[in-house]
Amino acid sequence: MKIYLKILSFFTPVIALAISFGLTTFILIMIDRDPVETFTLMFDYGTTGKSIISILNRSIPLYISAVAVAVGFKMGMFNIGVEGQYILGALIAAQVGAVLILPRPLHVLTIFIVAAVVSGIWAGISGYLKVKKGVHEVISTIMLNYIGAGIVAYLLANVFFEKDENNSLKVPQTNYLSESGQLPPLNNILGIEDLPNLNSFIIGAVFVGIFYYWLVWKTSLGFDLRATGLNPVAAKFSGADPNKLIVLAMLISGGIAGLVGMSNLVGYFHRYTIDFPTGLGFAGITVALLGRNHPVGMALGALLISFLERSSQILDLNNIPKEIERIMQGIVILVVVVSYEVVRRYILTQEVKLASRMVDKDE
Amino acid sequence: MNTAINIENISKSFPGVLANDSVSFDITSGTIHAIVGENGAGKSTLMKILYGMQKPDNGILKINGDIAKFQSPKDAISAGIGMVHQHFMLADNLTVWENIVLGIDSSNLSKIKKSKYIPDITDLSKKYSLPIDVNLTIDDLGVGEKQRVEILKVLYRGANILILDEPTAVLVPQEVEELFENLKNLVSQGVTILFISHKLDEVMEIADRISVMRGGQHVGTVSKEKASKKILAEMMIGKDLPTPPSRETLISSENCLQLKDLNGVPSLGKIPFEDINLEIKKGEICGIAGVEGNGQRELSEAILGLYPVESGQIFLEDIEITKLSTRERRLTGISFIPEDRQSQGLVVESNLIENIILGKQSSNTYSSKFKNVLFKNASKNSKDVVDNYEVKTPNVQTLALALSGGNQQKFVVGREIDGKPTFLLASQPTRGVDIGAQALIWDKLKEARDMGLGVLLISADLDELLGLSDKLYVIYEGKLVKQLEPTEATPEQLGSYMTGLGI
Repeated sequence: MKIYLKILSFFTPVIALAISFGLTTFILIMIDRDPVETFTLMFDYGTTGKSIISILNRSIPLYISAVAVAVGFKMGMFNIGVEGQYILGALIAAQVGAVLILPRPLHVLTIFIVAAVVSGIWAGISGYLKVKKGVHEVISTIMLNYIGAGIVAYLLANVFFEKDENNSLKVPQTNYLSESGQLPPLNNILGIEDLPNLNSFIIGAVFVGIFYYWLVWKTSLGFDLRATGLNPVAAKFSGADPNKLIVLAMLISGGIAGLVGMSNLVGYFHRYTIDFPTGLGFAGITVALLGRNHPVGMALGALLISFLERSSQILDLNNIPKEIERIMQGIVILVVVVSYEVVRRYILTQEVKLASRMVDKDE
Repeated sequence: MNTAINIENISKSFPGVLANDSVSFDITSGTIHAIVGENGAGKSTLMKILYGMQKPDNGILKINGDIAKFQSPKDAISAGIGMVHQHFMLADNLTVWENIVLGIDSSNLSKIKKSKYIPDITDLSKKYSLPIDVNLTIDDLGVGEKQRVEILKVLYRGANILILDEPTAVLVPQEVEELFENLKNLVSQGVTILFISHKLDEVMEIADRISVMRGGQHVGTVSKEKASKKILAEMMIGKDLPTPPSRETLISSENCLQLKDLNGVPSLGKIPFEDINLEIKKGEICGIAGVEGNGQRELSEAILGLYPVESGQIFLEDIEITKLSTRERRLTGISFIPEDRQSQGLVVESNLIENIILGKQSSNTYSSKFKNVLFKNASKNSKDVVDNYEVKTPNVQTLALALSGGNQQKFVVGREIDGKPTFLLASQPTRGVDIGAQALIWDKLKEARDMGLGVLLISADLDELLGLSDKLYVIYEGKLVKQLEPTEATPEQLGSYMTGLGI
């Protein structure tokens, strides 16, 4: 690829963000609010120490969820079921973790593994159904979301509940993890004072990113996944077994999805409660789109979405409807996805031209 | 007689393929005009241009004398052109008349009036002798009847030029006869019919004039009186007398690939290939000649492990591989040049380094002990293939889709011959490539054979078959009907066996 094409491809997100800001400015003017003031407010509030910690903490599950979705995307499969997979995984892991007594690293690790296995199996059902019964994974994962949510509600209310002090009322939450099952925040290690806790599972998110990169771009299995995603027929002729890959991809995607709830479980709530955040599975699809399934791109996407969500909280106090943030999110996603596609096509045609010019010169 | 369609210098190219290369011919109105050619000869592209699904890069299209510039099939329909697709486009749960009016009723949300349409449709069906009960659901119809509905559908939209894309492919013989009766009827009422096929028997039976296409070019148009199956076959396949095989080395006595009584699992009630017995030695090229669609595709997929085998055995170097997966077969040394490089042989959106790995991703060359991809080897080997096979590309980071068809094919051939495979299955290895690339590929195939590679060459190109093969079979309707001596066989002989004559 020529240098200027590389630069263009690198700056695409920047250009896309600029366009998004332009469009948001237009909307702000339409509703009679000062765009400069709005952006200044958001930026100032979004870059305070407190906000930065909050943004990082929000990004962790978002990023992992995006990676889970991206594994499927890379082979042309749509795992819309990260939502159901991670809440089910988190609940079971919370219960197992609360019952177990193990030394710390082992205890925490067991919780992670239980979550990954449960979510992986839940996703694997969709893979199995696709291979054996021809059920499209979009349908089955969406339906399994509802079933998963139903199971979680049932288990919380009837099986894993906690008794209140008088031992009379059932409270729909699991017991606390013992200390050995909790991860302390990173504040002490990093010497961060006077600020909220930085969730140490951020390290886990980094590992998930590295694992994803290694798996998809560096391994033979990843090669099969990508080839199948780009040209299933050629992949089949090359010896890749599509059925095996479908099941494997769903198991891996689900396994990663299981880790979505872990920052909140071992690093914040220390139990599964009805306050446990939901919707991260769907948000992950957005982030995967924003980051174009790229390990670094998705990290930036997760940070961007978290930044918008956090910084918009200041707007209501200043008489600016904070729904503007929803609109901004929508605009950003739309513009980014469209510009990626435009640039991708432009680069493709340039490459074709370069190659044919080369042939002309030769003959 | 008037001319219904003038095709003047129509060209259309796609990345890597010149699908139509200044095609020109006329179609007389009120006749049945057949267009024949191998798959990939450019028939479908030409039809898509006629029907407004694709725009030509160059050239002029005239309908009834007026220049037509179709933006979409809608324009083509209003110019009186109708297309009957090979795969029916009908809503199975609706009735015949509902399907016929589907998409043309403009009464918005108000109820579609049955009484408004049924008399018209019944009249039409009587006028063109296409009997059908308009109140039946499509689900309850047989294949032939469904096709009749498709024809009525386009006639109802006012078409007087009908394009039929391989209409007999889905029919049983009785239905074919019925269809031909119907078509003759239509023509007698002034309708013009374009009949696309590669079955020469049928074309000879039904068409008034026949245009032959090969490699994107219009080879010629002959009237039925002057045509014979032999002449058409030669035009389709090319008939220049090829040079006899030149070889200095001897064929080894060691077995390379053996097929024993191989039978394919029937699909759509047809046995794709039957009782195939073949023995290919090391250093030998075994050619299989045949018109497309006679079981070659299924046979090659069966050798690769992608098409199910009902009975029989496959041996590679005397080891049975019938039960192995495609990946395992690849690992034991089977190489494969697919007939369609873009959809089967390359991931065109990836670069050449990634594409060199394709098919060998689990071999020692490209996969480490811990199943990591060895990109270093891929980078080196892709450069070697680019150099040795004269692939014209800026570098190996270039995406495969940026290469021209010939260069893509040279790259695929290089990849498959490289790395010392035990056996090479080459399916149409030079179809659709320029003469230069063709010559290079032939030389490389000969070179590999002289080094001891066993090759099964499946082709419809007689030059290629006669010039390369050490022994030669003809496949017809799934059976190896004849073995010929490549040094003695003539294109005429081959042509007649390929079309089912002279057996």
